[in-house]
Amino acid sequence: MCGIVGLFLKDKTLEPQLGTLLTNMLITMTDRGPDSAGIAIYSAEDHSHSKLTVQSDTPDQDFPNLADKLQDALGSSVSLERRDTHAVLTVQTGSAQSARELLRTIAPTVRTMSFGDTLEIYKEVGLPKEVAASFAIPSMTGTHGIGHTRMATESAVTTLGAHPFNTGSDQCLVHNGSLSNHNSLRRKLQREGIHIETQNDSEVAAAYLTWKMQNGATLGEAMENSLNDLDGFFNFVVGTKDGFGVVRDPIACKPAVMAETDQYVAFGSEYRALVNLPGIEEARVWEPEPATVYFWSHTETSTPNMKAA
Amino acid sequence: MQTYDLEADGLRGLNAALQSQTGDTNQTSWEIVNPKGSHAIAVGLDAPIEVNVKGSTGYYCAGMNKLATVNVHGSAGPGVAENMMSGIVTIEGDASQYAGATGHGGTLVIKGNASSRCGISIKGIDIIVHGNVGHMSAFMAQSGNLVVCGDAGDAFGDSIYEARLFVKGSVKSLGADCVEKEMRDEHIELLRDLLERGGCDAKPEEFKRYGSARQLYNFKVDNAY
Repeated sequence: MCGIVGLFLKDKTLEPQLGTLLTNMLITMTDRGPDSAGIAIYSAEDHSHSKLTVQSDTPDQDFPNLADKLQDALGSSVSLERRDTHAVLTVQTGSAQSARELLRTIAPTVRTMSFGDTLEIYKEVGLPKEVAASFAIPSMTGTHGIGHTRMATESAVTTLGAHPFNTGSDQCLVHNGSLSNHNSLRRKLQREGIHIETQNDSEVAAAYLTWKMQNGATLGEAMENSLNDLDGFFNFVVGTKDGFGVVRDPIACKPAVMAETDQYVAFGSEYRALVNLPGIEEARVWEPEPATVYFWSHTETSTPNMKAA
Repeated sequence: MQTYDLEADGLRGLNAALQSQTGDTNQTSWEIVNPKGSHAIAVGLDAPIEVNVKGSTGYYCAGMNKLATVNVHGSAGPGVAENMMSGIVTIEGDASQYAGATGHGGTLVIKGNASSRCGISIKGIDIIVHGNVGHMSAFMAQSGNLVVCGDAGDAFGDSIYEARLFVKGSVKSLGADCVEKEMRDEHIELLRDLLERGGCDAKPEEFKRYGSARQLYNFKVDNAY
């Protein structure tokens, strides 16, 4: 199984509640996957700064001097805000990618969960309720976010096996399903120079999208291509700086339900995930079609039923 | 009328109360409030009672129904009215995948759309869908009727046996061994009754009938055991 939730806010007055709404949605999906949980949250853009979310198994040793070390290496100012086993490093705008590469050498025990301008990813082993509380997710403000609760089938229950997976700057992916060609695809992607850390099938899907986009595809095109190149069951929800996208495999046996009102667009593995959203009784509720890519965006006209790319 | 608050009083209590009703019960009318997408609401009923669910349901609502009338005043999640024996289940909204799967009898009415695999492996149930059905609907359907007032998706009626399929709109593609068949007077009469029971105002003459070409392996006498 696994449970996925997503919430894209159209109404700015709901933004202070994003963390709370998303956490509550994810908690209702706990019995679809109690192994590990994660949330990607997109906050308002600060045009002079970019950020990285990093994780450490030994945060007390790694985090206290991490900002200074990175600042020396980068040659520009860095600040750090710790949240339990994770920390957000704020860097000058545009230097997130180089900071990510520097971290591999100056702090090898620190893993980068996400990088970009607005995205933060928090994920750990444990129940959604505990994971969300440890990172104080309910207090977070944002424009949109996605969450995942995992029932592992293809690989070990670890922090790095939890979702969401960062696929590129301000992009991430969550997956419900199981891929059957992930081993051969992983070998192919590794030959192409794509960095893959685990034996997890969903990480391969994330790496696949990264690879496609590095070769010039838009996210929409990469998602369309995934329908041909990935074998197995999948519902993907993909977070972007501007919104989120949804695609289901052609068989579509993994459940998905969506709701839209004037205030938001929401995704849930089940209707249960949506029942506490404001105005859900009057929402347009529907099931996304198989093999169809959907996108909602803050910057472009949202066309819920139009195919992307 | 009995009113049951599912959020306050829990699923086990509800199903125990409904399943304990017998044929001569006085508690013939039930209303379930706050279903909130819960799973397995009103399953395994075996008495001529009426149950109104005031909202949308999750997995497996009204499964294994016998004799009871279950009305969902909202949409239904996957596997609604699975393996029904008799009675009537009505969904006011949409139904998710494999609605009415393996049903032996009774009537399932879906007033919105049904998604993939509607009526998979049916064995005698009548399913009437006011809207569309998704891909692989009526897969391996053995007996009974599926009426679709809208359109049908890909691989409609794949590997079908003796069930009858009626579609008013388009069929995206037919599955293996499923073919369009002649609409004879007996089919018009059958469909007229089905449409009336489903509360549809469509005319039976507007539909096409589909069924098995009986060309697959199991239809060849040489393959019989």
